[in-house]
Amino acid sequence: MTPAPATADRAAPLLQVRGLTKRFGGLTAVKNLSLDLYGGEIFGLIGPNGSGKSTAMKSIMGIERPTAGDVIFQGENLAGLPAHRIARRGFGMVFQHSRPLNRQTVLENIMVALLPDSLTKVLPDRSLAANARRIAERVGLGPVIGRRPPTLPFADLRRLELAKAIARDPKVVLVDEPFAGLTLAEVATFSNLIRGFRDEGRAVLLVDHNVKSVAALVDRVLAMYLGEEIVTGRADEVMRNETVRHVYLGGAIETSARPEVDFKGKMPILDVQNVSVHYGKAQALDNVSIHVHQGEFVSVVGLNGAGKTTLFNTISGLLPYSGEILRGGQPLRGHSAAHIARHGIVQCPETRELFGEMTVRENLDLGGQHLESGEKAKQLAWLFALFPILKERQGQMAQTLSGGEQQMLAIGRALMMRPDLLILDEPTLGLAPVILEQLSKALEKLRQTTPITVLLGEQNVTFALPHADRVYVLEHARIVWEGDPARFAAEAGADYL
Amino acid sequence: MRDMIRSPLTWITLVALAVAAVLPWYVSAYILGILTVAYYFGVFAMGWDLLFGFAGEVNFGPTFLIGVGAYASGILNNLYGLSPILCIAIGALAAVVAGLVLAVPALRVRGPYFGLTTLVAVLILQSFVVVFADLTGGEIGLTIPDVLSIDAGVNYWIALVFMTVSGLIMFGLAQSPVGLILQASGQDPVQAGALGFNIIKHKLAAFVVSAFFSGLSGALLVFYMGTASVGTVVDIAVGVQVIVAAVLGGRRTVIGAALGAIFLIVAGEFLRPTGEIATFIVSAVALLVILFFPNGFLGSILARGARS
Repeated sequence: MTPAPATADRAAPLLQVRGLTKRFGGLTAVKNLSLDLYGGEIFGLIGPNGSGKSTAMKSIMGIERPTAGDVIFQGENLAGLPAHRIARRGFGMVFQHSRPLNRQTVLENIMVALLPDSLTKVLPDRSLAANARRIAERVGLGPVIGRRPPTLPFADLRRLELAKAIARDPKVVLVDEPFAGLTLAEVATFSNLIRGFRDEGRAVLLVDHNVKSVAALVDRVLAMYLGEEIVTGRADEVMRNETVRHVYLGGAIETSARPEVDFKGKMPILDVQNVSVHYGKAQALDNVSIHVHQGEFVSVVGLNGAGKTTLFNTISGLLPYSGEILRGGQPLRGHSAAHIARHGIVQCPETRELFGEMTVRENLDLGGQHLESGEKAKQLAWLFALFPILKERQGQMAQTLSGGEQQMLAIGRALMMRPDLLILDEPTLGLAPVILEQLSKALEKLRQTTPITVLLGEQNVTFALPHADRVYVLEHARIVWEGDPARFAAEAGADYL
Repeated sequence: MRDMIRSPLTWITLVALAVAAVLPWYVSAYILGILTVAYYFGVFAMGWDLLFGFAGEVNFGPTFLIGVGAYASGILNNLYGLSPILCIAIGALAAVVAGLVLAVPALRVRGPYFGLTTLVAVLILQSFVVVFADLTGGEIGLTIPDVLSIDAGVNYWIALVFMTVSGLIMFGLAQSPVGLILQASGQDPVQAGALGFNIIKHKLAAFVVSAFFSGLSGALLVFYMGTASVGTVVDIAVGVQVIVAAVLGGRRTVIGAALGAIFLIVAGEFLRPTGEIATFIVSAVALLVILFFPNGFLGSILARGARS
């Protein structure tokens, strides 16, 4: 592998990003980000969900308009130009999800990417088809060139995205999560394709959740968190970096599993048996089995993209699946998401899904809608004791809260439904460390003072482990480890990142 | 091109057109009259599909474009006695200009706001017609002194040729490189932008083409009918009929839109003896098709072809 700095000595960077900042209202998604991208290098932009990496990429491409900063390409500042102008300068982007033209063939889809941005181009060009054919061969679409996208397997659809992105021979290729949804064999093939782009002298910018998945591919990595750069360097250096480990794993791992209760012979409150889920052609869950007993606190840990959210959404009745999910011995299949939530399995989703233009109190009242007014008042009082900040903020619109307060409100709203089983999906998403501590304390209090059953999904192991009685590790759509948290560090911790 | 010759659709279309062309020798002037109106409606629906099916923009106000074309040509003929051909040409241009004035700001707003803007435009046009009754004939309607022809057969052929040529041009455009870019912009605007296409420019062009054919067809229609009124070329209900026709026939097919329009008008006319029930039956059929075959008549057939 050629380390990029060798190129750096010889040539000036192809792309210089300086002080890139993107704010959405009060939220700063990308903060003062700077990076150099050289021709013939693969550069990874890494960070957990909500760290701002995708926004950074979109801001470079012009899909989002940067709030501040420069994107200098061959001496010209492109910041603020619309995407189509930036694309014409020599940028190509590989999207993770896209909608190809389903009534056109693979070849025609690639030809679209080759067309000039002109309104007078009414007659097709002969050389276009030959060109498109060559690009199709290049990414391995040769055998399916005459087929239409709906008939293609998932990997070929991703190849089509690669083909479109490089069609116009861009100097800079941006790739959003190159391996999402691919099998291990396909990952190897796609890695080679992306290396091919580098060897042709293009600059490749990859965005991914974690260093591990792209470590073998990238020349340099920039790890970011909360919109800011943590460190830039070779993949192994970045993986060893203390702050990076802290961001992904949290700090030192503490555990406090309660004395093991004998659940033998007892019916689990939730029993997920051999569940598989597909998104179109991508496998999101592969034969997953987990169970949760009454009063247990179970954590499912896994990096972003492992399938945690899919698992929870499946349990909540939002996705079709194969296998069986039992709630107190009764199959959940066939029940609507609303029914499942009303009967005690309440999810607090990763995206929070607050009603932004309603007040904190209104959000909570909606959660407690089904309670009688006396009960509701009692529940609310209990909740305010758990999250005092929500009491202060009662009259404020939910969207004006800080990230941590929003998360507390989301959990609070779920608790107002008096769940038997509370599913918390990545509550730490995008939160600063100090907020994590507050959240952690609240969870501890919840665990100590109520008989609630909790299923927690987390990437941040340090957050997930202290509360857990039992832990599952989810990796690449499969459960790869199960055990009590004390054993996690010894048995699964090393392989985790 | 080879695909087109091999496609059964091409042959079916040619046979249908051939049958349509010889109809004046076999059917009554009454039926020809219905079909004449249906063909003009077919062009309205095709123009609408170009926007909805390809550019991905829902234009709730097709009658804004139709109405401007119809009234502009009608008023010129009524007040200044310009020749019908000239009036019709100016009517089409007026629709293009009005369309641009509407679309340039409207395409910059996102989501349902484009549709709402077009809807409001229809209401404004409607009020304009009523308020400036001296000019437009107001609620009574505008009399148009000249006609294209007094012969039912000739009028029928004009409409048929017009629909065929319009259909060919719009279908050809939709299949051309420009049409592909438009389709990509409608389906995935972010990606189309990242591929280097100026989405607003392409959508605006689609709007102009749609406005041109809608206005032209509106102008031809009022010269055929000899009168223009809010109820026939501006009312929201007329616009809804155009939309239903296009969706019924099949999104993103162009030709399907014309089929849908002919079906709606002809079915409505044949059920007329049943009185008020007619509208109900036609609407119910349209609703069922939209609910259970959202791809429409032609779209369902094409989708099946695409999968195999």
